[in-house]
Amino acid sequence: MKKAGNVFDRLPGRTELDREGLRDMARGRGRKAAAEGRKAIGRGKRALAGRHAETAGSRARENAPGIAGAMTGLALLAGSVAFGAFLARRHKGGKDDAPGFTRKQGDNDHAVGGRTVTIRRPAADLYSFWRDFQNLPHFMENVEDVRPHGDHEAWVVKAPGGQTVELHTRVSEEIENRRISWESVEHSDIWTRGHVEFSDAPGERGTRVSLRIEYAPPGGAIGKGIAKLFLREPDVQARHDLKRFKMLMEAGEVATSAHTKQAAKNVAHQQETA
Amino acid sequence: MRALTWHGTHDVRVEDVPDPEIINPRDAVIKITSTAICGSDLHLYDGVIPGVRPGDVLGHEFMGEVVETGTESTLRKGQRVVVPFTISCGKCFHCEVQQYSACENSNPADKQDMSATLYGHPMSALFGYSHLTGGYSGGQAEYVRVPFSDVGPIVVPDHLDDDQVLFLSDILPTGWMGAENAEIGPDDTVAVWGCGPVGLFAIQSAIVMGAARVIAIDHHPHRLELAKQLGADVIDFTKTDVREALMEMSGGIGVDAVIDAVGMEAHGFAVDNMIDMVKQKVGMGADRASALKQAILAVRPGGRVSIPGVYGGMTDKFPLGALMEKGLQVKTGQTHVQRYTKDLLEKIEDGTIDTTFLISHRLPLEEAARGYKCFHDEQDSWTKVVLKPEMKEAA
Repeated sequence: MKKAGNVFDRLPGRTELDREGLRDMARGRGRKAAAEGRKAIGRGKRALAGRHAETAGSRARENAPGIAGAMTGLALLAGSVAFGAFLARRHKGGKDDAPGFTRKQGDNDHAVGGRTVTIRRPAADLYSFWRDFQNLPHFMENVEDVRPHGDHEAWVVKAPGGQTVELHTRVSEEIENRRISWESVEHSDIWTRGHVEFSDAPGERGTRVSLRIEYAPPGGAIGKGIAKLFLREPDVQARHDLKRFKMLMEAGEVATSAHTKQAAKNVAHQQETA
Repeated sequence: MRALTWHGTHDVRVEDVPDPEIINPRDAVIKITSTAICGSDLHLYDGVIPGVRPGDVLGHEFMGEVVETGTESTLRKGQRVVVPFTISCGKCFHCEVQQYSACENSNPADKQDMSATLYGHPMSALFGYSHLTGGYSGGQAEYVRVPFSDVGPIVVPDHLDDDQVLFLSDILPTGWMGAENAEIGPDDTVAVWGCGPVGLFAIQSAIVMGAARVIAIDHHPHRLELAKQLGADVIDFTKTDVREALMEMSGGIGVDAVIDAVGMEAHGFAVDNMIDMVKQKVGMGADRASALKQAILAVRPGGRVSIPGVYGGMTDKFPLGALMEKGLQVKTGQTHVQRYTKDLLEKIEDGTIDTTFLISHRLPLEEAARGYKCFHDEQDSWTKVVLKPEMKEAA
């Protein structure tokens, strides 16, 4: 696993201006700063001299009262980076036919993860399995439960140390057998939105399934957990979840190299607390 | 149960590990009756394959009796089966086109990143062969968990004993695919580098496929003798200039097809191979590809290069120019075992292919560590080691 500081290096369009501005948000302005988007980025240039988040952490160790602040900064870093970059980058358009998030330069529509897999099943089968949201925990490793909650869904998401957090989302757009979009409702613990698209692959190859997710977490210990689970490696999360979805839909089961039932549980537990 | 576990370079031990259990619906648990040490296990033994962890159970050539089945397994308790070393779901695109060793669903999602970074795509899963390929426990043990047991294992008839069919698990299909990838025609001269188990089976396969002449290259006298018994002409590379000999033996044309059954730890005393050896030892990971380099120079223009030998990383000073300028065709890959098992079982039954000549040593599982050491150190006389968990004394 890469350290949190490396988030910078994987972000699209990483100019010094943006890096520093994002760090500014990470250092304690959190959600408010994130919401201010580009303004915060400008202020960041004046606010910061440190090049890496790790450096901020090591300075804090020398200066005891600074530790809490630094840790909060680190905790918020990943999430704010993602959201800030999203604000900074959207609607810039592209020059070729590849998905925006694969671009090397920073003209991405999506700051956060995206991934496509091809599954040898008709789109209707895949859509209906996904649309029954209670099926999602079968292949999403951090999702414990998804259940109806009034006019929307409540997600119980695993957090480190056996904690859980709740996300509340509603379906924002739905095209049968083609697309499901969702976004968080007002009182959700974290801001999120995403969509999954199902399109026919050539010939007999089945269905292309594309997942896009965006997140921005709150502060505090829970936010730290969320950042760790989703934001440090959102691309990895999306990739793993989609691969498991493919396994389940094609092979009928999710592959594990565990040797015993206990080891299979331990694998799940390690992923939970990683 | 008892199992052979890896603990570091040249450190393998037989020790107690938990018994395997059914975890997924398509699983079966097999009680091992015979399991072999493979030449590619020696790459693990030498510590040149990344992603092996202390305590991992090795072994990917095994067979035995079905003792437990998941709800979706098509096997029945008591059946005798040989299990392919490649783990394949049988349902994905690659399995559907019989590219079983490229199965998309057998390597657990969280283990795919390592090989995807190295190779651009994740590898599929293999038994007992590092966490790059899934970290599945292998078959050098008393029992093994076999995923997708409805696709891989082939049921073998009782009148064939273990020694006749065990090698359907890997080296026989691997040798066969190595020859098939050389696209051998009736007037062809084919050269095979390496007279280890895969090389010998490639020689045997090439002859069955109708090659006019097969030339085997090695330096171990006993292994060259086995190649000769199969019908090959032989070259000892320590005594003969291989390229000059191959040119002469093919009438000045060059051989039509070459098969590299050596892989990443080739012997050879050329300067570049010595440099590669040093790099491999200090963990810079350059594959020693001297056999392959020689094969590419020896094959005729427009010829075929087949590589069943195992490589894991990068290699230096690769003769790319010869490959392009001579217009060569290269075919390689982990074996699509499930594609070949049925046909090869028939060839064993009707006597076209015999595999038992290869076995030089049969040992109890408890002596597996000695088996590794001797197979590694005494390659001339230890041609193939079969471990038998129920055996009490070496035979």
